[in-house]
Amino acid sequence: MHGRPRKAPKPEEEAASVAKAQKLRALQTQFFSFHHNKIHSPSQTHLRNRKRKQKMHGRPRKAPKPEEEAASVAKAQKLRALQTQFFSFHHNKIYTKEAVELSAKLLEINPESYTAWNYRKLAVEHYLSQPDCNPDWIKSVLDDELRVVENALRQNFKSYGAWHHRKWVISKGHSSIDNELRLLDKFQKADSRNFHAWNYRRFVAESMKRSEQDELKYTEDMIYKNFSNYSAWHNRSVLLSALFEKKAEGFLSKEKVLPEEYEFIHQAIFTDPDDQSGWFYHLWLLDQTVTTDSPLLASSWPGHGYDVFLVEDRCYNGSAFSPFTALHSDSGSFPIVLYFNQPVGGVSSSTVTVECGFNKNEDLLWKPLSASNSQTARVWVAHLKIPSSDLLSTVEVSVGHSKGIISTRGFEYSHPSMFSFKVHVQPMERDFSQVSVAESISLREENFKIYGSQSEESIINSFNQLSIKNGHESTASNWRSEALAKEIECFRELLSLMDCKIGKLTLARLLMAYDVMSYPFANKLVHSEEVLELCSDLMKLDPTHYQYYKDEHSMVLLQKVTSSKESLLQHCFQYKDSVSSAICGPVCLRLNNLSLSRMGAFEKLLWVQMLDLSHNELQSIEGLEAMQLLSCLSLRNNKLRSLTALEPLRKLKLLRVLDISYNQIGDHSIDTTRYLCSSPLSHSVGSESNKDETVTSDVALIDNWEAFYIFKDFNLNQLEIVGNTIADEKFKSVLVKIMPKLKQLDGKLLG
Amino acid sequence: MDDIPPYPPIDPTTFDLIVIGTGLPESIIAAAASTASKSVLHLDPNPFYGSHFSSLPLADLPSFLSSHSTSPSPPRSPSSDDPNEFSLLEFATRPLYSSIDISTFSPNLLDQHSRKFNLDVAGPRVLFCADKSIELLLRTGTNQYMEFKSVDATFVGDNKGNLWSVPDSRAAIFKDKSLGLVEKNKLMRFFKLVQGHLAGEQDVKISEEDLQSPFVDFLNKMGLPPKIKSFILYAIAMADYDQEDTGVCRDLLKTKDGIDQLALYNASIGRFQNASGAFLYPIYGQGELSQAFCRRAAVKGCLYVLRMPVTALLVDKDTGCYKGVRLASGQDIFSQKLILDPTFKVTLPLGSSPPLPLKEKLPFFSLKDDKGKIARGICITKTSLKPDISNFLVVYPPRSLFPEQVTSIRLLQIASNLAVCLPGMFVLYISALCNDDDQGKKLIHAVMNTLLTVPLDSESNAAVQSETAEIGSAVQDETSESSSGGPSDSGEEKPTLLWSALYSQELTLGQVDFICSTPMPDGKLNYNDLIDTTFKIFQEIYPEEEFFPETSLENPEVDGDASPET
Repeated sequence: MHGRPRKAPKPEEEAASVAKAQKLRALQTQFFSFHHNKIHSPSQTHLRNRKRKQKMHGRPRKAPKPEEEAASVAKAQKLRALQTQFFSFHHNKIYTKEAVELSAKLLEINPESYTAWNYRKLAVEHYLSQPDCNPDWIKSVLDDELRVVENALRQNFKSYGAWHHRKWVISKGHSSIDNELRLLDKFQKADSRNFHAWNYRRFVAESMKRSEQDELKYTEDMIYKNFSNYSAWHNRSVLLSALFEKKAEGFLSKEKVLPEEYEFIHQAIFTDPDDQSGWFYHLWLLDQTVTTDSPLLASSWPGHGYDVFLVEDRCYNGSAFSPFTALHSDSGSFPIVLYFNQPVGGVSSSTVTVECGFNKNEDLLWKPLSASNSQTARVWVAHLKIPSSDLLSTVEVSVGHSKGIISTRGFEYSHPSMFSFKVHVQPMERDFSQVSVAESISLREENFKIYGSQSEESIINSFNQLSIKNGHESTASNWRSEALAKEIECFRELLSLMDCKIGKLTLARLLMAYDVMSYPFANKLVHSEEVLELCSDLMKLDPTHYQYYKDEHSMVLLQKVTSSKESLLQHCFQYKDSVSSAICGPVCLRLNNLSLSRMGAFEKLLWVQMLDLSHNELQSIEGLEAMQLLSCLSLRNNKLRSLTALEPLRKLKLLRVLDISYNQIGDHSIDTTRYLCSSPLSHSVGSESNKDETVTSDVALIDNWEAFYIFKDFNLNQLEIVGNTIADEKFKSVLVKIMPKLKQLDGKLLG
Repeated sequence: MDDIPPYPPIDPTTFDLIVIGTGLPESIIAAAASTASKSVLHLDPNPFYGSHFSSLPLADLPSFLSSHSTSPSPPRSPSSDDPNEFSLLEFATRPLYSSIDISTFSPNLLDQHSRKFNLDVAGPRVLFCADKSIELLLRTGTNQYMEFKSVDATFVGDNKGNLWSVPDSRAAIFKDKSLGLVEKNKLMRFFKLVQGHLAGEQDVKISEEDLQSPFVDFLNKMGLPPKIKSFILYAIAMADYDQEDTGVCRDLLKTKDGIDQLALYNASIGRFQNASGAFLYPIYGQGELSQAFCRRAAVKGCLYVLRMPVTALLVDKDTGCYKGVRLASGQDIFSQKLILDPTFKVTLPLGSSPPLPLKEKLPFFSLKDDKGKIARGICITKTSLKPDISNFLVVYPPRSLFPEQVTSIRLLQIASNLAVCLPGMFVLYISALCNDDDQGKKLIHAVMNTLLTVPLDSESNAAVQSETAEIGSAVQDETSESSSGGPSDSGEEKPTLLWSALYSQELTLGQVDFICSTPMPDGKLNYNDLIDTTFKIFQEIYPEEEFFPETSLENPEVDGDASPET
């Protein structure tokens, strides 16, 4: 997208684009029906023109008159003749004056002809390689090119080919760049929002080493002429970013610059809150204010000071074990999870040191947990081997003492931190496999008991050990929260003047950011009630973006639930009376019936082994891969629509019990998300899938490759899938084939 | 009047229409009548075009003003004992200007270059880019004889010498430094409401009840703060009287009219690509307009004779019907219809009443009710009132300068790039409606004292000083003490006055006339009302004829021509 980073669409962008797409689609449908039926009445021609009109900032075009239609037919004929001749020159590599002039003529009529531009490039190279070539001549050749481009741009100044050709000519370095700036001024006067011109302007400014400050002033002038100018605001953000990065004079600290920018954008937003360009810039400013440059470690598992009880056999009898930090593992290892506040790369045994008596630091392999296969992620995991001999040992983890952890925005992790925990090992007493065959986990209401109600002090105490807090240090200097407080006040005022959807959304974002920034340790979310209210309000006001607001609502709700021990404990339940389960710990976090559409607050939930998310409205469980200790998960009665939505679960090596019953998997014949993950039939999966060639050749499996892709790595004992369209007997038999270790499917024991 | 050259007799001697005076309304009528294929004789006693709408050299302005400040005895017409069938009714001029006060602080400089100045007699005046005068110019093709430049901005002044820019567009609201965020929001929403209403959007219709209520009440209802209200009422809708004081307000604006004014203003901004403001001003001064219409008339066959006073009206002895005029040259010219410059009056023989038929034909058009007077001032300075901008309008809303000020005072600064003065100089036109000359002087002086430094080395200056003393010490104190502060002057010197002319102009004729007279310059900023009246007069004398019929004119590409040069 022309070098602009692609972000998930915000409601304000989406509203426009959805409306536009809808309109376009309706037009298109009608157009095609006319087209196929060869209907050519004036009203239909009009329709065709409306379609063309879409690009033009609402400037109307007139319907062509019959004589104009005739002219365009004649023009097409002429163009076709020109083209034929041009191609013959091109193929025969004829670069005579006549041939080159012909291509100029062609481009003047049709600037979109890329072949012709390329031909001209070849012709220029051909001329410049002539032995008798002198500087004057070079200049005249290149000047000719510039003239052709100018003519083409006059025809269509949104022609990619023409702008590109101009860049190419200028890069040759024989032409006056000052002239380019003058030309641009002319173009930008004619259409101040044309992003081609702005793109080219950045190129020219860079080539002539024009200072960012001068360009910044230019954007200001353009904005003063008309502040509905995405391109100008965008260029402003680009220039400011460059100046911040350079630490140019006057731009050393954001503290000085950002308040002025806020002041500037307020003028636009208050003058016309319906104009979207200003809100975009505001969002960028908010991002600049909130985001600390260098990444921080938000939380980890185990946390600092934990006593971790590793149980190879769940049938321990001692209540001395904390139910919150006891971990059963059948794989002989346990994970260390690092949760950063933004995606980072470069986590390795050289940047993170784990010191303990039973593992060599160099042996640890740190893996990023991200949906894509990129080498950056917020969550990184490494697995430590469980010591066989030591009954008690201390583990020290140091993060970032040597350089190398870098955020995706290019900032170094610069707050070296250290945490330590103790590991207690409960040696295996019984044969594990016998027990687990018989055991069946059922996350039903009757199986739960709330904690605290019986004032089980030991449990409360061990819960305290989890030390729920926002892990990162308060690096937020005062100005950031001051800036946010000012913004909050400002937008409260705007909302007191008028009803404004984007205003409400912005206020909600500001309040959330403010809470996170101002109370990193206090665990207080003073504004969460207000934010929840704003989100509910927006869901009603702007039904088109219901899902977005719903997601935001869910996130805030989760932040609220996890913000204090008291509130979190209300969601912690004891599974059955006994603490004896071979599969999962006795504590279940129940976030059911909260009408969540999205899961979040993972950094505070890394300890959870048993999670009940049933009876929500989840469509996606993105981010759940961070909960590495999960062994038992219920997603019963949600709105998951595809198997590929389960992708995050592939990374949960300890997951044994999964309930995805009563979702909508298979309801929708077209699963758009499936194209986001690679097919096992393509080469990209390669090494992962080659372990069972015979499986991939099975026809049933080829038909169900998503199932294969998702489930083949699972180590499930128990799966509930009933209540999904996809879950017919045939499919179940496929599942059994994919997961030979599965012991129980939809409540039936497998032989 | 004694240097009238021996004119060759005018031939023919009979016309469809005789027009006396070349002010803008007369010129438009002459052009319209000529276009309608009438034979027209257009006379003017002056050696220049424009009469009371003219732009004059610096030295000529005072003599023109004073020649119309007294009632000179009309030149004796050869005889009233003409043995023919007509009675003669003698012409006289009525005084139009009073309290003329000319001050020169730099005599040498200005006298040497008197001809470099083109000073508007009826200033300040501009053309809104979308108003009737522009439409008329374009429709008639008269624009080809003129060039315009943009008046780039409008400011509202206060008694501290500050000039606040008027946030008259979306971009201007955004840019404005003096408005708070809430004010910006309210103002822009008000503009949007008006735009939506004008565009006929259903959900933003302004109710009929609101439309009929006073505009100021509607603005209050919209919750607009006083500052913005004042901007809208006086600097955009150009109201003359204090809208919030029904006791003194003689032009209480209805919401409907206020919105029409906003629409005009809004349509004016950005109409022409190279005009950044809402207004245009003709190069060489407003007098060009009259002249352009005269040229237009001449092209259509109208006959022009300047320097030709008219001495008497020829009336049929028996019927009392108008027949023709007697010129100063002694020649008698006859016509069906006659249009007179408003300063002419016909003196009836003492003790006699007009012949009966004349009475019956008493004026179909008479100037409106008593509207008082208008005080005008012209000042010349060497520096602009505001750096970096040379052509602009300033409005002082009622009571912005002193408590007793009940009318808006408007000031137009025009620079030498409009060819109205010596390079590097600026002409300021000031005007305000008033009840009498004293009140008028006080209003003009209040503005001059706020914005200008009046040199002390002239005897006429004493007059200015003493005048200001009368305004009340309060104003004096405020202006002098505050002149240093404020964003607009930011420590800069106030421009020094080089020359000034102050005068009051009558707005009424005070007597009912029986001959068709054109309107005199009014107190408005543009020509809209004058053009309306002119149109009515034309319709009255030629009810059958169309006023400049729409034709596929010689120059269809008028739009391009009308735009001011860059």
